[in-house]
Amino acid sequence: MSYFWVIVALVLVLGIAWRFLGSYMEAVFAGRVRYLAWAERPVYRLIGVDPDVEQPWQRYAGALIVFSGMALLFTYAIQRLQGSLPLNPQHLGAVPPALAWNTAVSFTTNTNWQNYAGETTMSYFSQMAALTVQQFVSAAVGIAVAIALVRGFARRNSPTIGNFWVDIVRCTLYVLLPIAFAAGFVFVGEGAVQTLAGPVTVHDFLNSTTQVIARGPVGFMESIKQLGTNGGGFFNANGSDPFEDPSALTNFLSFALILSIPVALTYTFGKMVGNRRQGVALLAAMAILFGAWVGFSSYAEHQPNPAVAAAHVVSQPQGNMVGKEVRFGPMQTTLYDIASTQTSTGSVSGANDSFTPIGGFGLLTGMMLGEVTPGGVGSGLYTILLFAIVAVFIGGLMIGRTPEYLGKKIQAKEVKLASFGVLVMPLTVLILTGIAVSVHAGRAGPSNAGPHAFTEILYAFTSQANNNGSAFAGLSGDTPFYNILGGVAMLLGRFAIIVPCLALGGTLAAKGAVAENLGTFRTDTPLFVGLLIGVILIVGGLTFFPAVSLGPIAEQLSKGLF
Amino acid sequence: MLANLRRSFLLSLVFLAFLGLAYGYAGTGVSMLFFRHQAEGSFVKDGQAVVGSAEIEQAWAGPKWFQGRPDASLLTNKPNQVVVSGTQQWGPRSKALERFVAAQASRLEKEGIKPTNSLVTNSGSLVDPDISPAGAYAQVDAVAKANHLPVATVRALVASHVHGRELGFLGAPYVNVLELNMALYSFEHHLHR
Repeated sequence: MSYFWVIVALVLVLGIAWRFLGSYMEAVFAGRVRYLAWAERPVYRLIGVDPDVEQPWQRYAGALIVFSGMALLFTYAIQRLQGSLPLNPQHLGAVPPALAWNTAVSFTTNTNWQNYAGETTMSYFSQMAALTVQQFVSAAVGIAVAIALVRGFARRNSPTIGNFWVDIVRCTLYVLLPIAFAAGFVFVGEGAVQTLAGPVTVHDFLNSTTQVIARGPVGFMESIKQLGTNGGGFFNANGSDPFEDPSALTNFLSFALILSIPVALTYTFGKMVGNRRQGVALLAAMAILFGAWVGFSSYAEHQPNPAVAAAHVVSQPQGNMVGKEVRFGPMQTTLYDIASTQTSTGSVSGANDSFTPIGGFGLLTGMMLGEVTPGGVGSGLYTILLFAIVAVFIGGLMIGRTPEYLGKKIQAKEVKLASFGVLVMPLTVLILTGIAVSVHAGRAGPSNAGPHAFTEILYAFTSQANNNGSAFAGLSGDTPFYNILGGVAMLLGRFAIIVPCLALGGTLAAKGAVAENLGTFRTDTPLFVGLLIGVILIVGGLTFFPAVSLGPIAEQLSKGLF
Repeated sequence: MLANLRRSFLLSLVFLAFLGLAYGYAGTGVSMLFFRHQAEGSFVKDGQAVVGSAEIEQAWAGPKWFQGRPDASLLTNKPNQVVVSGTQQWGPRSKALERFVAAQASRLEKEGIKPTNSLVTNSGSLVDPDISPAGAYAQVDAVAKANHLPVATVRALVASHVHGRELGFLGAPYVNVLELNMALYSFEHHLHR
């Protein structure tokens, strides 16, 4: 019953974010919000950008790629040099090359896949100056792409789609920084650590135990980690570590932050294209799928853990508590992890690997839908717009006329770009998983046996190609094989979708409007929502059903233990 | 291309300085000002001596003390090394998990404690400082016996340390093990003086 109120509270908070954060972001990207212009202007002057000059899509994409490459280089270099940099109380040495590559790609692509334990690998300088910076920046890049694509729909006969530099600076300054700072304050108040002093050794004379407790600048990293749908935690245990996620309230705040920007962007979208119902339609498709996944996964985690049940020693009234924290309980842990896997966040508040087979199926397949329910910051919106184009195309085929979306004719070029963007992720996942199970270096990864081992590999590539970053952590991923291949998956999953999206924005912006008439297939109706959900489910189902049936489905149907 | 490289380099430096260092320092500054206790690690003291962090589990040797979740044997750090959080990754049909749970249950039963769900399962962080109220009540008889205290007294002590759901509906009820053991300690200390 209390879980019901958790959901009600979440819906309320997200409703407020949708309405107010959504319209605020529209104003930010339209340049109407200026209260921090004094901080903004010197940045443009320093980098030599005229904020009033816009870019065509090719130059927008060029700036984005070069900037992301530079971000990758900075993140890599800081990790490699951390031994000689300040803020390193544990005197940690350089991060090894393959791991530093994987981590640099991971944080610049908004993935935050982590093949390392933060408390014994990264100095405070690396955590702050390399990783936390990218948690802001990669989020800003994602949002900028979504805004640029929406401008393509909103504009008529325009050669440009915005200015990349202005978009990321404004997004960081006006949206991410203020919210992250305020939320960080709450995390620390509830018990997250935030200190630059090193680990402490504690001797408990009552019990004569000695512990060395890791600390660090955690609370304020935690807030941007969630808000930017990044997911990369300071500690190895991520959001289940009490120093990161100290209470049920911060747990709630975490998934509220995770979902707020992706949800609010649908309002921003509606406002930008001049028809809020269009945004509501996308949000409805997202919410229906999200709700279904929360429903069956929560039910599954409320069931006993099969291996614990097999020991016949305890009853499991709360449900599956293996790898879960008492203060959250199984229900709220499931809501958090579903929110995190369906938004490209990938933070975890329990051990995903120890979820029941159907609970784990929920986490895995939520990502396989393409991270659109509601998806990561920006990436959720731009990916669902690709699906929407495919949906109107299919609708057009059924009635035999050229499809339109938001007043723009959708022609061969747009359909090709959208289909390419939709298919990149499944192709990457299936090919790389195929390679991993075929070679020894790949098969050496999983720590469990049976179908669960296959799921661990499949999950790793699904997570990385979707820029999610959550793990079925039973996989030993810190090997050259997984570090390098994972890096490739993350780059493809990010930039092979971003570039077609920007190209789409460019070609759409250049088009004029077509007048709506009786034959127009309306895209702000329940019928379209249904069609969109159908397309998302069919694309995901057709591509992934065989793979999923070898993993979690086989595990659910089998009896006995492995 | 060259202009983009120069811009990217300069903007990366700006972001490093402001989003990395200034943000982290400012966050640490306001935390120290307003929430120093939490920001430093929520350490619990007895007089001057720090006995542990309320947020981080420690191993309690029973039956004199209330025990937490059975995480200690799964920690991978050596003594005198930083505790690395993050649990053993057992799938839901793992034989190793079944053996672990059975071993925890027989250990508890030897100490006269009826096993409960949170007392035989590993947590997600491996440093979960809490147990469920049922897990605390299950230990009352054993703890009372080992400390020569009346059962009713120990049960009342547990009852006064059950935290309800936050704001009445968030998360699940819990008992913080360090808090409970500190209360037990000061109660005994008081009694013997």
